Amino acid sequence: MQPIIELKNIDFNYQPEDASPALKDVSFSIQQGEWIAIIGHNGSGKSTLAKTINGLLLPASGSIAVGGKELNETNVWDIRKMVGMVFQNPDNQFVGSTVEDDVAFGLENQGIPREEMLVRVRDALEKVRMDSFATREPARLSGGQKQRVAIAGVVALRPDIIILDEATSMLDPEGREEVITTIKKIKEESNLTVISITHDIDEAANANRILVMKQGELVSEGTPEKIFSAGTELIQMGLDLPFPEKLKIALKERGVDVPTEYLTEERMVDWLWTSVLNK
Amino acid sequence: MMNKLIFGRYIPGDSFIHTLDPRAKLLASFYFIGIIFLANNWQTYGILAIFTLFAIFLSKVNIRFFIRGIKPLIWLILFTVALQMLFTQGGTVYFSWGIFTITEFGVINGLFIFCRFVLIIFMSTLLTLTTPPLDLSDAIEYLLRPLKAVHFPVHEVSLMLSIALRFVPTLMDETEKIMNAQRARGVDFGEGNLVQKMKAVVPLLIPLFVSSFNRAEDLATAMEARGYQGGDGRTKYRVLHWHSKDTAVILAFVALTVVLIFLRS
Repeated sequence: MQPIIELKNIDFNYQPEDASPALKDVSFSIQQGEWIAIIGHNGSGKSTLAKTINGLLLPASGSIAVGGKELNETNVWDIRKMVGMVFQNPDNQFVGSTVEDDVAFGLENQGIPREEMLVRVRDALEKVRMDSFATREPARLSGGQKQRVAIAGVVALRPDIIILDEATSMLDPEGREEVITTIKKIKEESNLTVISITHDIDEAANANRILVMKQGELVSEGTPEKIFSAGTELIQMGLDLPFPEKLKIALKERGVDVPTEYLTEERMVDWLWTSVLNK
Repeated sequence: MMNKLIFGRYIPGDSFIHTLDPRAKLLASFYFIGIIFLANNWQTYGILAIFTLFAIFLSKVNIRFFIRGIKPLIWLILFTVALQMLFTQGGTVYFSWGIFTITEFGVINGLFIFCRFVLIIFMSTLLTLTTPPLDLSDAIEYLLRPLKAVHFPVHEVSLMLSIALRFVPTLMDETEKIMNAQRARGVDFGEGNLVQKMKAVVPLLIPLFVSSFNRAEDLATAMEARGYQGGDGRTKYRVLHWHSKDTAVILAFVALTVVLIFLRS
């Protein structure tokens, strides 16, 4: 199957004379319907990478293809129609004066007739469970609610790909949970491809595949099981580990013989009770 | 902090005035300010006052809000009235001291000016109290449309206006946050003499300015990611509806003008 996103040897530099480039020879491809998490410490080039995918930043060299079409200056707006982005700060990306205006903003840009806009805005708000807030102003919403509106604004455009550029990093645990479950639900309903750039390791553990960035380079790539079994290596890279992995390390230090492969929370519990009973 | 702000104070309701088209209200308010200069005697001012009070009655908004609207301007009004009284010549002289004279004409003129101020403030307060800021910006965009012919950037101006309105509460919150953060670090706002007061504003102003730049950059990126390419080829989600009652309001104003022209001396 043809990948929906394909990056080949991307290089990017904010200032041409910069010694360490923001992106260095990044290549990967993503299949339709995948949930990809991109992790890495601050300044590792994650957000830059996300912005190159929909043409907000043009790479110095290399090629990007979205949905089989190579990204260039003439089709950048068509590609933006396929790629929806939700950014970090819920306040700064809220364009409309009320919830419904904000959801409609992207549709207005595409010149969608008003009758259809009314339907799509209502649908999108129902999907993120914000339909009862349609006429509220942003000042009267919580951070999680504003991010859900931002998602609705993207969903209303019916993109094939949603990029979450640290969309949950300014939210409290409750808001984070809200946003992630909303995305999961929408992904299942419409076979979306999700790229989530995140510091939140639990969010990354949800993904089908994790890409690890370090100083502008893609250093490793694989399933959450594979990435998290690297254990202390990740910590040295300035990243965190999921709770079961931390528990494993702590047990190991106390002389307990723990399995080497990655365990989800559920499997960790299973392993714990079976090993205690077998003693 | 928001409570002190008169601008954008909107009182939700469903009265006759509330449900009028914002274009009708905006046009009528400007028109009223124009025709108030037709009034030059007690009858005409009386008619205008009755008309204004009737409009306020129709809006079902408590008159106290209107009185509150006058408060910040009261010194300006009194100053203008005083100047009129002291320097207008003519009619019976009640009092004279040097160049200052209080005359019959002066007193009457002063009272007229007072009425004029109060009526204009009442009418514009009526507009802002019964119209959400957003509707106002829609109305302004619509009414500016003819200026497109002279290449006036109508879409850009109205977009800026609506973004500005949307960010007013956000920036107010941020101002308060920065003020408290700087207070926690020992900055005294509003203390000391004028120079000290001005110096204290710097640690508030600079972070606010810088963060506005960051906000603008984020917002522009988000807008572009959502396909914003300028005003061409855009459709509109909000539409304004002009009803027969809006026409009726405009006709009432025209009738008022005729009455004023007839009654003025």
